[in-house]
Parts: sequence; structure tokens; C-alpha cells
Amino acid sequence: MAVRVEREDFDVGAEIAQLTAGRTDIGAIVTFSGTVRGGSGTDAITAMTLEHYPGMTEAELTRVEAEAGKRWPLQASLIVHRVGTLKPGDNIVLVVTASAHRQAAFAAAEFLMDYLKTRAPFWKKELRADGQARWVAARECDREAVRRWEEVLPSRG
Amino acid sequence: MPVKILYFAWVREKTGKAEEILDLPASVTTVAELMVWLKGRGPEYAEAFAREEVIRAAIDRRHVKSTTALSGAREIAFFPPVTGG
Repeated sequence: MAVRVEREDFDVGAEIAQLTAGRTDIGAIVTFSGTVRGGSGTDAITAMTLEHYPGMTEAELTRVEAEAGKRWPLQASLIVHRVGTLKPGDNIVLVVTASAHRQAAFAAAEFLMDYLKTRAPFWKKELRADGQARWVAARECDREAVRRWEEVLPSRG
Repeated sequence: MPVKILYFAWVREKTGKAEEILDLPASVTTVAELMVWLKGRGPEYAEAFAREEVIRAAIDRRHVKSTTALSGAREIAFFPPVTGG
């Protein structure tokens, strides 16, 4: 169980290797990587800057990860989120979940991403091709995605 | 009692500051009341908090509702809905 907020890029293969080194109790590893969309036409962007709330970000990611650990039998998990200025195609976020069987790993990875998107204090600002900068607006579908976990599963037990 | 107030993203840009230490009057007891009080501090605050309903808050690094009491808060943050991931 680990969370990291950093400017540097990450290597998915190296992160998996580190998370699973010496482990023989893991049968399933799921990874999700989020990358910067470049957009097209009037939505084309040249860069994206990620701001966050140092201290609360790590605390919130740790709380979300602990919640996933209560809901599913995870052998290991990792959340890495980048901050600073990124270019289209760059990595933004990595979630890795490891379990004995795939169902728990898949579900926990999706849960972590859904909760991260609605709770972790990050804010994206896009720099458009025409030079305009614009804060990205929160999406209703992300809030709906997180609600379904509240319906399907009790939050405790 | 002095409280550290933090602003992020466009709330920070509009207030023109990332953080400040403020002495809150005793009459300000909830997050919503604090937003109203801040709006009275100047046009930049009035602009930043013009749409109070979209602004989110955290007390001591935990998400809170606008009805939450400030009692004992050391650090209060205001920000737009989050957009990470």
C-alpha cells in the first residue's frame, strides 16, 4: 500500500516489478494509466498543469487506498499521481492493484480511480493551442461513477 | 484565534493569494458563514466566492460540507470541484 505525488514520470513495468518483487501470493495485477489527451480542433491543448493541495492530497489518497483494502482482498496497491506541467501524451496517473484473483484487482482499480477523480485535491489547467489557459471543469459522469460504489457495496464491513 | 486559510486553482487566482492567516470573528461559525465573511473583505474575494455553491472546502485536510462548524479548525481550504486523474 503506497501513494506518491511527484513531478517525475513513472515506468509502469518498473512499478509492477517493485510492487511484486519476492511475492508468490499474488495471482492478478491490474494497472490503470491515465495520460494527457491532446484534444483536436478548438479543443487542442499544448500543455496541462496540475495543481494540488500538498498534505491533503497524500492524506486523501491514503484514505481511498485504505478503503479499497477494506473492501477487497488486496495483496498490494499503488497510486502515483503527477503534478506540474505535462504535455499531451504524458503520463498523469497510475493505479496498480494486486490480488490473488483478478476480480478483486479489477474492481479495486476501478474503485480507486473513481474515488481519486472525485476526492483527491488535484486541479487541471489546460493551455490551449490559441494561447488561452482554462481550468478544467468537473464532470458529472465522474460523480455518478463514484456513486455506484456507494450503492453496490456498503462502505464498511 | 488565527486560522490558516488556503485557496486553490481559480479560487486562488481570483483572491490573488495562495494562503493567509486570518483572525475570524466569533460570529463566523460555519464554512458557509466564513465564505460570506470573506466576500466582504474586498472585490477580489467577492469575485472569487460569487458562486459559493460550486466552491468546495476542507478543514484540517478533510473534505467538509458548507454547513460544517469551524470549531477548532487550524487550516481551512477553499477550492473548485477536483479534476485529477
